[in-house]
Amino acid sequence: MAEKYVGKSIKRNEDRRLLTGNSTFIDDINLPGMLHVAIKRSDFAHAKINKIDVEKAKALPGVVAVYTADDLGDYWRPGPLQVPPPSVIKGAIFNARPLECIAKNKIRFSGEPVAVVVAEDRYIAEDALDLIDLDVEILPYVGDLEKTVAPDAPLIHEDLESNLAADVVQEVGSWEKAVAEADVVVKKRLLVNRVAGAALENRGIVVNWDANLNLLTVWATTQGPIPMRNSIAKYLGLLENQVRLINPAIGGGFGPKIMSSQIDDVVIPWIAMKLKRPIKWVEDRRENFLGTTSERDQLHYAEIALKKDGTILGVKDVFYHNTGAYNPYGMTVPLNTQAHTVSNYRVPNFLTEIKMVFTNQMVVTPVRGAGRPQGVFVMERLLDAAAEELGMDKAEIRRINLLQPEDFPLRSGIIGQDFVEGVLDSGNYPYALEQTLEKIEYEKFKKEIQPKARAEGKYKGIGIAMFTEGTAVGPYEGCKVMVGVTGKVSVVTAYSNQGQGHYTTFAQIAADNLGVKVTDVDVVTGDSGQWSWGVGAFASRGITLVGTAIHNASLKVREKALNLASKLLETPVDELEMEDSVVRVADIPEKFISLGDLAMRSNPTRGTVEPGMEPGLEAASYYGPPHGATGFGSLGMIVEVDPETGKINIERIVITDDCGQPVNPMVVDGQIHGGLQMGIGEAFYENLVYDDYGQLVTASFMDYLFPQATDMPDKFEIIHSQTKSPLNPLGIKGVGEAGAIAPPACMMQAFEDALGLKDMFITESSINPSKLYHYVQKAKGA
Amino acid sequence: MTQKVKVAITVNGTLYEREVEPRLLLSDFIRHDLGLKGTHVGCEHGLCGACTVLIDGQTARSCTLFTVMVDGSDIKTVESLGTMEEMHPIQEAFSEVHALQCGFCTPGFLMTTVEFLEGNPNPTAKEAREAIDGNFCRCTGYENIVEAVQLAAKKMAAH
Repeated sequence: MAEKYVGKSIKRNEDRRLLTGNSTFIDDINLPGMLHVAIKRSDFAHAKINKIDVEKAKALPGVVAVYTADDLGDYWRPGPLQVPPPSVIKGAIFNARPLECIAKNKIRFSGEPVAVVVAEDRYIAEDALDLIDLDVEILPYVGDLEKTVAPDAPLIHEDLESNLAADVVQEVGSWEKAVAEADVVVKKRLLVNRVAGAALENRGIVVNWDANLNLLTVWATTQGPIPMRNSIAKYLGLLENQVRLINPAIGGGFGPKIMSSQIDDVVIPWIAMKLKRPIKWVEDRRENFLGTTSERDQLHYAEIALKKDGTILGVKDVFYHNTGAYNPYGMTVPLNTQAHTVSNYRVPNFLTEIKMVFTNQMVVTPVRGAGRPQGVFVMERLLDAAAEELGMDKAEIRRINLLQPEDFPLRSGIIGQDFVEGVLDSGNYPYALEQTLEKIEYEKFKKEIQPKARAEGKYKGIGIAMFTEGTAVGPYEGCKVMVGVTGKVSVVTAYSNQGQGHYTTFAQIAADNLGVKVTDVDVVTGDSGQWSWGVGAFASRGITLVGTAIHNASLKVREKALNLASKLLETPVDELEMEDSVVRVADIPEKFISLGDLAMRSNPTRGTVEPGMEPGLEAASYYGPPHGATGFGSLGMIVEVDPETGKINIERIVITDDCGQPVNPMVVDGQIHGGLQMGIGEAFYENLVYDDYGQLVTASFMDYLFPQATDMPDKFEIIHSQTKSPLNPLGIKGVGEAGAIAPPACMMQAFEDALGLKDMFITESSINPSKLYHYVQKAKGA
Repeated sequence: MTQKVKVAITVNGTLYEREVEPRLLLSDFIRHDLGLKGTHVGCEHGLCGACTVLIDGQTARSCTLFTVMVDGSDIKTVESLGTMEEMHPIQEAFSEVHALQCGFCTPGFLMTTVEFLEGNPNPTAKEAREAIDGNFCRCTGYENIVEAVQLAAKKMAAH
């Protein structure tokens, strides 16, 4: 039996191309006669448009065209609502206001597009932006999550009664009952800050309309190629197969590249058809900060009811969720927050309310974590506050409330972002907690290391937090697997890859089932011309959904190959084996036929075939789970803090993560590393800050602190736990967001523990040296 | 239109004599005029390091230099290292320890590593970490890149 690939750390198939500069990213695509786009964006956060004067811009040599909303005529319309309203939740209110793409009468956030310049080169296009005159009447800016829904707040969408974008209440059990039975109720007001996806490559699109072929070819950095293909087809009146959407190599996604309802997605394809010239737009970093999307930014009023012994009776969480000026991505983020708030613990009574609000800020859509970190932050902070109140150890209060292995599968009663009731499919949370505590030497730290450090004048602290990661949600993904005439295997999907290693992990699954080398499997992602159906890269769903589809399709191909070989070799199937790219008779190794020859023979050019025969060693498969698979884990951190300067050092970080069966543990570790980096960044470095006029004052890497190598701990200590998901044959769960979820909760606890000040409780998910210093001063009563 | 300026710049051993606008960024010259697209542009303001190239042996951010400023220089880009068939030891090391994911920032890291290892052929982990501190990576958390730099040093010493 040949060695299996699934479960093995192997080098990636895609590395050579990336390392030698031979990958094609969006800005690497240049077509003959191609024009370049620059987008004029509003400097105002909230304003009525009186006039946009583009005449001077149009007159600049090299400028081909300038478009405002008025120039779009009948084509002007809001972008698609990418995620439908949550009508499945009883009583849910959702006021859909998808992006306007290009502002028509009104500007609703600083950075909103107001005009598009098309020129012979990008330099000229950008020159022309400065020649556009924007005459506006400035309106009052609204940015505060609570004030925006006050009765006197200026309306962002005048046709609505208020700036309330959505209101969703979900309750399991009865919070009132929990309070009635409780010995203590602890309340906290908790803030979660806003962070950028900040992929190193910005967004971009290249469009080529071929009127003779009736084919619109679109290269785009989208994480959802098929939904984007479909919306472009609908907007432009084309059939799906008249739009070929191709993902080039993509330089990181992290959420914001899921957007397909912005100006580039909706307006630029229309311009390409109108001008009958290929056209390219690549976002610059400033635009990415101002005008793409970002996430977090919630304000929670949270309460926890407990018995004296620390047993949780209930949790109540009413929270404001800032969606920015529009809500094209529906309720995905706040529903994820609701679903992840109580997912680690036995919480018999849970009342949660989302108040999604419009503000004059950029739109909020998922960024790695996508609502999960907020839910986990709230729950973990509540437990820390409760432990203080009850005089309990932080690990102990978690230990006694954790869900137990026998509790699974567990119906949560909470409708999630996938619009189905959450079901925690499997898990062993106590194991995850104890593994981290043991590895980080929690008891020893508390009893020996911390007191010793303190005696030396050093402030060291430890934090421990639990998390779950809802992954692999539906509706579905699919693929086509084919053995080619060379004996090499093609796997084609319309999933989108931004560096997750799919060219290797997908290949590992197919290679195992077809008995070929992993390097002989060619994986195509995100090309609607090769595979037409799929949903997209979000919610850590690629390896589970596409991986399972590949598993199923390659088994079908295997069966086809064996049946054909059985006829040709005149041997029953059960006496055949398939490895080393051949099918051979198990006991007679010299009696074989290569996969390549079988592929050739599977497409006969003469003679007759039996009814029902399908040509080619090819099969397609779709996989859709009834609900997501839930990964989980625990995070421990030891930090040292200087109370005078607010400087910190992460001495150790230990994570136990369970993503079921890992396909390539090296790749899994890589995902966890990157997630932790983003989580640490969120907790101590990164912050999107608007001033009182709605200007984003952190719109560059000089102001937005991107976590660098020396900001990271020396080592991410990872412990793997493996609870296979019962939902799919390989037992896989996703892992893309795992690392990013718990760091803010864990770090704040560790900071407090380090400083040991009785009344110091950090109520924000993101702090910095200055804030830390102020917390210390406040706690000291200074 | 602005008058163009003659430049003679050697890139990866080939001398290019071109006329360029004074405002043409070096990153655009390399990528779009010469077609060497391995050099990537991530922030256009000199912070992220994806566009790092070697100019006369020293690392520089090609996105914040005008082409005319490097007239007469000798420039090396990622294409000067290995090929798909035969990678440079630094490239091999990055692949072996999974020091890249999306790969967009990687060319900048590779060029930074080339310069660093020339000056310090046997770095400690701390030195390697400090050496790459000016390059941003969003995917890897840097741990594997630090390891790759040290592994590359070993590979190069063995060559």
